[in-house]
Amino acid sequence: MSFEKVALKHGAGGRAMRALIEDVFLGLASPVDGIGLSALDDGAALRVGDRWLVVTTDSHVVHPIFFPGGDIGRLAISGTVNDLAMMGATEPLALTCAVILEEGFPRADLERVRDSMLAASREANAPIVTGDTKVMGKGELDGMVVNTTGVAFADRVVTDAGLRPGDRILVTGSIGDHGMAVMMRRHQLGLEGDVRSDVAPLNGLVREVLRAGREDVVAMKDPTRGGLASVLHEMAGKARVGILLSEPAVPVNPEVRAACEVLGIDPLVVANEGKAVIGVRPGAADRVLEALRSHPLGRRAAVVGTAISDRPGQVILDTGLGRRLLAEPDGEPLPRIC
Amino acid sequence: MASAAEELKFRDPAKARALTEALGHELDAIGRSPVSVMHVCGSHEQAIARFGLRAAFPRSLDVIMGPGCPVCVTDTPEVDEAVALAAQGARVCTYGDMLRLPGTSKSLADAQADGGKVEVVYSVSQAAELARRRPAEQVVFFASGFETTAVATAAIILAGVPDNFSVLSSHKYVPAAMDVVSEMKETNIEGFIAAGHAATITGWGLFEPFARRTGTPVVVAGFEPLDVLAAVVELVRLIRLKRPEVVNCYPRCVTKEGNRPAQEKLWKVFDVVAGNWRGIARVPRGNLELKPEWDHLNARHRFRIDTAAVGGAERNLLADRCICGSIMSGLAKPDQCELFGKECRPESPVGACMVSSEGACKIWHVYGGHPNLQEVA
Repeated sequence: MSFEKVALKHGAGGRAMRALIEDVFLGLASPVDGIGLSALDDGAALRVGDRWLVVTTDSHVVHPIFFPGGDIGRLAISGTVNDLAMMGATEPLALTCAVILEEGFPRADLERVRDSMLAASREANAPIVTGDTKVMGKGELDGMVVNTTGVAFADRVVTDAGLRPGDRILVTGSIGDHGMAVMMRRHQLGLEGDVRSDVAPLNGLVREVLRAGREDVVAMKDPTRGGLASVLHEMAGKARVGILLSEPAVPVNPEVRAACEVLGIDPLVVANEGKAVIGVRPGAADRVLEALRSHPLGRRAAVVGTAISDRPGQVILDTGLGRRLLAEPDGEPLPRIC
Repeated sequence: MASAAEELKFRDPAKARALTEALGHELDAIGRSPVSVMHVCGSHEQAIARFGLRAAFPRSLDVIMGPGCPVCVTDTPEVDEAVALAAQGARVCTYGDMLRLPGTSKSLADAQADGGKVEVVYSVSQAAELARRRPAEQVVFFASGFETTAVATAAIILAGVPDNFSVLSSHKYVPAAMDVVSEMKETNIEGFIAAGHAATITGWGLFEPFARRTGTPVVVAGFEPLDVLAAVVELVRLIRLKRPEVVNCYPRCVTKEGNRPAQEKLWKVFDVVAGNWRGIARVPRGNLELKPEWDHLNARHRFRIDTAAVGGAERNLLADRCICGSIMSGLAKPDQCELFGKECRPESPVGACMVSSEGACKIWHVYGGHPNLQEVA
């Protein structure tokens, strides 16, 4: 679908955003030795000798800047560390940090964000080595924007296109926590219950996954904007397989499930910032699951689906009561009362 | 919030399997295909589509959504009236689903973009409150929905509203939805699932004359997936036994008499009148209009509504290809429309069924588009 002006949905991680990138930014792609822009993966992987240099960049905007379970600083570090990890690069060499601030931004908040970035970068063992600061006039942006770029070497690159029929699909824990925590704070929904963002660097967890699964780990992606539904569509589309997803097998915290039910939102389309979706060859599923569950960030990991040859590019949802196709998310999920 | 235990109770896969097996036995005993039943409620369609129940139904069963979306059957001239009132300077308040419903040439959203005072409210009391806060304005509540929301409109009117508040009623009457389909020669509906929430107000006894007159069984159903499954099993059993009875499968909410005080309020304020339903027909007892003694609160009497000024635009070529009328009559499925999911999507709806969250097309679109997944291993 063509458009004349950018709309909010073009940044929401679903169908519209993919269309915008394909229509406009793919024009920037040029051939590289490795995985470049045209792969539309979490990052790029460039051949350097017999290894891969993985590069990724991510700009972070979130409202509110501080939310239950995290803040924009932790988000900015985790987002980039996770994008590297999803390509198989779990030892970040370095991160950069560029911030754009709105005139009038409180110094105390800025220091709080800095402390949070420092804590997350230590947690991920990912040093911040350079940065940039700009200030824009009041009202020209909302508080602050943080961009981080990360580089890391990998011996083997894992893309998000490696699924074959029969492969099993795992999630590393409960889904929907981050998006619902932010949404409930943003819209002042006044729902009770302890819903906290899952924002966390995942490179340590992914290191254990790769150690246990090796070559049998064939696809990885973090379900951020657009949630699990969006990631599964992307994996199915790129690998030309169908995916059969078991809804009852998907871990969802009771508070998140209840809030989603009340607001008419499907947890499958809600953003996560500390989870990964991992495709493995069938024989490795148990090994990888065990490795995940022995890590503090993977205790509630579960096998949730299977790649199939039917319906390539589509995701079939088994609800436990019946089956239907899962729609690819198109824009930001909005609570029905807003 | 629903507790986990309650959710299990009405979404238990083992119970669902037992019910679909029972359904299979009933259909085998009938021994012909298809057996077509209809529900007349968007919330039932949501339960069926969201939980993928059609893929679990035996192939010989066709569960069709009828004209069960009051927003969808709100006719073009009714929207024109609301758009004209906004153009004439009134503040028009309505439910969110009504905003993008197309009129002859404009929706209320268009009227809003033109500078008209259009406001989305979550309840009629919010609209009355708005009128109190803005005594210098005329506030019109463009009222939509079946008996469930009509009772709320009636209660607010009976409680007393400010002089600058009036109602443009587009309320619809549930039994009419079943009447209109059973009178269509082309449909072959053998049983109806009636909406549990409306029956909470009217009582299930309301459907007895319909069942007797048409020889068609009616089952009142709730909105959890097991509610719907249990109701379908019961309905098919009544079809097999050729018993045109009314059975209440939602006894935790619905009684035979219904909510008497609510009914009293409803019929103190509203009369059942004939009305055109969008894309379907003129329905003899289809609409709920304010009784003559409430003419002073009826926007159609208070104002000279000039719909000529907002109608008569150029032909909408896309709208000519929309088959919402056939879909709402149960003669076609959303995925049989050539516009479905292509030109017609929730963010750019062509027909009424893609506008409302109770519309069949919107529901099918949200839940994956095509329901029949029985063939996938």
